[in-house]
Amino acid sequence: MARTKIYVPRETAAVSVGADEVALAIAQTAKKTATDIELIRNGSWGATWLEPLVEVEVDGTRIAYGNVGADDVAGMFEAGLINGGEHERRLGPIDEIPWLINQDRWTFWRCGLINPLSIEDFELHQGFKALEKAFADGAEAVLETVADSGLRGRGGAGFPTGIKWRTVADAPGDQKYIACNADEGDSGTFSDRILMEGDPFGLIESMAIAGLAVGASKGYIYLRSEYPLTHSILSRAIASARDAGWLGNNIKDSGFDFDIELHLGAGSYVCGEETAMLESLEGKKGLVRTKPPLPAISGLFGAPTVVNNVVTLASVANIINLGGERYAAMGVDRSKGTLAFQLAGNIKRGGLVEKSFGVTLRELIEDWGGGTASGRPVKAVQVGGPLGAYIPVEQLDTPMDYEAFIEIGAMIGHGGIVVFDDTADMARLARFAMEFCAIESCGKCTPCRIGSTRGVEIIDKMIGDDNKGDQYDLLVDLCDTMEDASLCAMGGMTPYPVRSVLKYFAEDFASFKES
Amino acid sequence: MANMTRTTISEIIAEFDTRPEMLVQILQRIVSRCGWVPPETIRQLADELNLSRADVHGVVEYYHDFRTEEPGEHIVKICQAEACQAMGSRKLTEHATRTLAMSLHDTANDVTLEPVYCLGNCACSPAVMIDGKTYGRVDEARFDALLDAMRGSD
Repeated sequence: MARTKIYVPRETAAVSVGADEVALAIAQTAKKTATDIELIRNGSWGATWLEPLVEVEVDGTRIAYGNVGADDVAGMFEAGLINGGEHERRLGPIDEIPWLINQDRWTFWRCGLINPLSIEDFELHQGFKALEKAFADGAEAVLETVADSGLRGRGGAGFPTGIKWRTVADAPGDQKYIACNADEGDSGTFSDRILMEGDPFGLIESMAIAGLAVGASKGYIYLRSEYPLTHSILSRAIASARDAGWLGNNIKDSGFDFDIELHLGAGSYVCGEETAMLESLEGKKGLVRTKPPLPAISGLFGAPTVVNNVVTLASVANIINLGGERYAAMGVDRSKGTLAFQLAGNIKRGGLVEKSFGVTLRELIEDWGGGTASGRPVKAVQVGGPLGAYIPVEQLDTPMDYEAFIEIGAMIGHGGIVVFDDTADMARLARFAMEFCAIESCGKCTPCRIGSTRGVEIIDKMIGDDNKGDQYDLLVDLCDTMEDASLCAMGGMTPYPVRSVLKYFAEDFASFKES
Repeated sequence: MANMTRTTISEIIAEFDTRPEMLVQILQRIVSRCGWVPPETIRQLADELNLSRADVHGVVEYYHDFRTEEPGEHIVKICQAEACQAMGSRKLTEHATRTLAMSLHDTANDVTLEPVYCLGNCACSPAVMIDGKTYGRVDEARFDALLDAMRGSD
């Protein structure tokens, strides 16, 4: 009898709730019961609420078991796990779980499916096909296809990727760079991490395609230090790709040279801002640069540089494989394609949902998310990280679309959706927005460095009922100054969550109690 | 955790080909080995990388990861960011400071307690990191059990 494949994710969220212990228990129980198994540590499908999610392959079908604990394993073996036996943890075939199959998986389709560290498995699943196509079609065709796709930067700014790549390709210079921003610091976001842990070769392939398109022979990945497991997976994948000849000089006899260097951040939020990230990659303090010049003209070490987020880059391989038009056919208006929405905070079914633009916030929170984890009513939703506005329930029918969000004074950002129930103290969250800015400001510009500290003080006075009317005007005035005069989004957008609290949740200022 | 010898630091610098632009990476490696950046390393880094001491000092001071005080044997970080706040991280932090009888940023009894702003585990909030490993869905009872396990591993 062939060995039975059992999958247990090695992914930060799954491991954080016991996946390693489950894997160990499975290996030990299999040994004790003389069951011949092959234990595969896959990535996560993104259904974080079901983690640890164990799958067993029976006649080519993967049967899923959800929320498995190490103490469930013996019972699962007794119930015939090897044949997909009935058990209270059994969910059925993975490809019949509505939460997963109703998504539009374009960028994350290999996450969960494959062994992330097996280059053979990657190649069995379309791996490096897009890079081979790019070799055959040439740089100009790649640039056109990416432009046709309408892909926009998934890091938060939403800048058209095709235009950025074209700018770098056209910029003069012998040395150009691809800088992948993996400094995923926004609270409520983890899509970069799930991608890098579940499909690291996918990112490597797409970075090489970007290098080919713009004429860059070197790529950097700037990974935040809060992701140690990601670092281990990614560095092993880069080494394997190099060993297999997919990175390095004259890749697969194409005449194209490309290699990747992995850098770790050091706990600075603002290093997720593209120019601060470039400074950090150069070994310096993460101080924001003034723009212009744009990094596309003068970026890393002064050379033309493509700075793209992980998900932006990873979306490219399938765009090359399937065509730009096919990607552009998904989504709405100027928000083409899909976004990996991340359901986080007080949510019953949290995780990653890759869906075409146009899905509403309510559909994501209620249909996928199942409402709050606490079972209490939703009070506010913060979309797009700590610089995003707090959205009240009346606006939950807003479609996920860059422009529709700008219209309501909010932003989609990197697609993080943090849900708060009715116990949330919004005055305290407004204060936190300013406090976080004070802690993380790079200090280069005054509105951000000083304004954030003054913001905390003003909000404290408002909370303490100290001359509330005057303080309100002062806070609005401070928000104007920070928005108009800060160098980057850190100071420039910290006012967004603050203003949204003033606008929709002003009554919370009366109820604040300092603990 | 201890101070590092000059030889060890030279070895780390050599691992990064003595490239000055690798300063952040070199410091990250030093911290991963000994938990902090001992003050005497700054001069050595400046000398060997041909940077000014002010440059090196500035980088050390800038990044949260580069502690300038020696931490305890165990480092406990509790996420303070919005998603974890939505699931009670403020209460968990109060519980931790009460149980450990210390404030955030303090070191006592071989434990350093630090805030962290997002571990990327926001669908399993609240999240904590203990000695470099991330844990999710941490309520007060689980936090106590994790601390017991941490101490038991000594």
